[in-house]
Amino acid sequence: MKTSDIEPGKLRARLLRSLGLGLAAAALGGSLFLWIKRGASDDGAPLPLRRAFQVNEKIWARLQSERLSVARPEPPEGQEPRFNGGLGLEDEVDLEDYTVRVESGERRLNLDVAALRALPQTSYSTDFRCIEGWSEVLQYKGTRFSDFMDAYGVGRKSDGTPYRYVGLETPDGGYYVSIDMKSMLHPQTLLTYEENGRPLSDENGAPVRLMIPIKYGIKSLKRVGRIFFSDERPPDYWAERGYDWYSGL
Amino acid sequence: MTKIVEKHPRFIRWAHWLNFPLLGLMIWSGILIYWANDMYWVGIPEALAVRLGLDYRLAEGMGWHFFVMWPFALNGFCYVCYLAFSGEWRELAPDRASFLEALLVTLHDLRLRKELPPQRGKFNAAQRLAYTGAILLGMAALVTGLAIYKPVQAGWLTWLLGGYEAARREHFLVMLALAGFFAVHVTQVIRAGWNNFRAMVAGYEVVEK
Repeated sequence: MKTSDIEPGKLRARLLRSLGLGLAAAALGGSLFLWIKRGASDDGAPLPLRRAFQVNEKIWARLQSERLSVARPEPPEGQEPRFNGGLGLEDEVDLEDYTVRVESGERRLNLDVAALRALPQTSYSTDFRCIEGWSEVLQYKGTRFSDFMDAYGVGRKSDGTPYRYVGLETPDGGYYVSIDMKSMLHPQTLLTYEENGRPLSDENGAPVRLMIPIKYGIKSLKRVGRIFFSDERPPDYWAERGYDWYSGL
Repeated sequence: MTKIVEKHPRFIRWAHWLNFPLLGLMIWSGILIYWANDMYWVGIPEALAVRLGLDYRLAEGMGWHFFVMWPFALNGFCYVCYLAFSGEWRELAPDRASFLEALLVTLHDLRLRKELPPQRGKFNAAQRLAYTGAILLGMAALVTGLAIYKPVQAGWLTWLLGGYEAARREHFLVMLALAGFFAVHVTQVIRAGWNNFRAMVAGYEVVEK
């Protein structure tokens, strides 16, 4: 290191300049933090953090490929999947006489589970990842959402292009999600009626739920009561409560 | 006249002091996330956490974590590029002799040994190892973080790190190691005194008055 000689007065000025600049930067940074934390919020998240979610979404939605969530060995048959919340499942439903209401453009369908079971069946065994951080391997069986769309001719506009978003709700409307079409067309996105080799339990969304392992579990809505398509983003329960709407993995 | 040496370039000082709050925010928001999962083997005392405002706030924690990750990564990237292109990396990179020397420095600082090995360059061998280690830990935080953040799109990375849960544990471990570095770093800076600290603020160190 080179040495140099400098007048003590000039040296003091240099130090004070650096300290002043440092303190000013610290004050600026601190104010920025408090401004974000205490300022306006958008659906439960401070506005700049909501914007950051949206920027991240733009980046990841563009990079998102058809890549599958990695296959894992099947868990023992009949093992009950972890139960983590009963939102939208409070009301009793008659499983014998259950239908899913489907709305696409002007069309209205009421499908029973037998109709869904009649569609091509697909099964995967992979990680189910909760936004809380835990994960577990689940085997699940159902029909691909894309197969369901093709079979019933729903989800597309008259010119054949798909709607941008899919909305799903529980029968009582107590829980609802919305998901981008690209993720809904992913081959592992299934309208599911069996988990770990058994029909869904009440707790896990009997008789039919969504399973979308390329998103956090908050998007895998239990007990699908209504499916609808829209170019406007339908409401989403957790996105209204400060969480990232996209939640893609 | 006062004799001084120019110790820390301006760029490094800015990157260093920017990293301080950025890493702080990453650890703070990480702790807000931590509570939602009980897989970590280090228990943060809950009563203490609530008092310090570090309680279970998953949505808020994720919001901050996935916002601050960008400036944290960018600052680290610029810092590493600066080290590479300015040649300053030579002051930080350990060589073969550094490992033994670092041990001797540590023994000296723990007052178990009188003499210090001769210092080569701006930093002693223990500092070289610690600072290089901190840079590697910062990189490891980003890599393990990405493996948790995008376990499908970056599935190959998650697989390389031993799987989703392993990556989580590694990410947590990296944070603990960085916190450990921080504790030792602050202790040593206090021990080294004002002249040393001032160099990271104003750049110069006084050699003799």
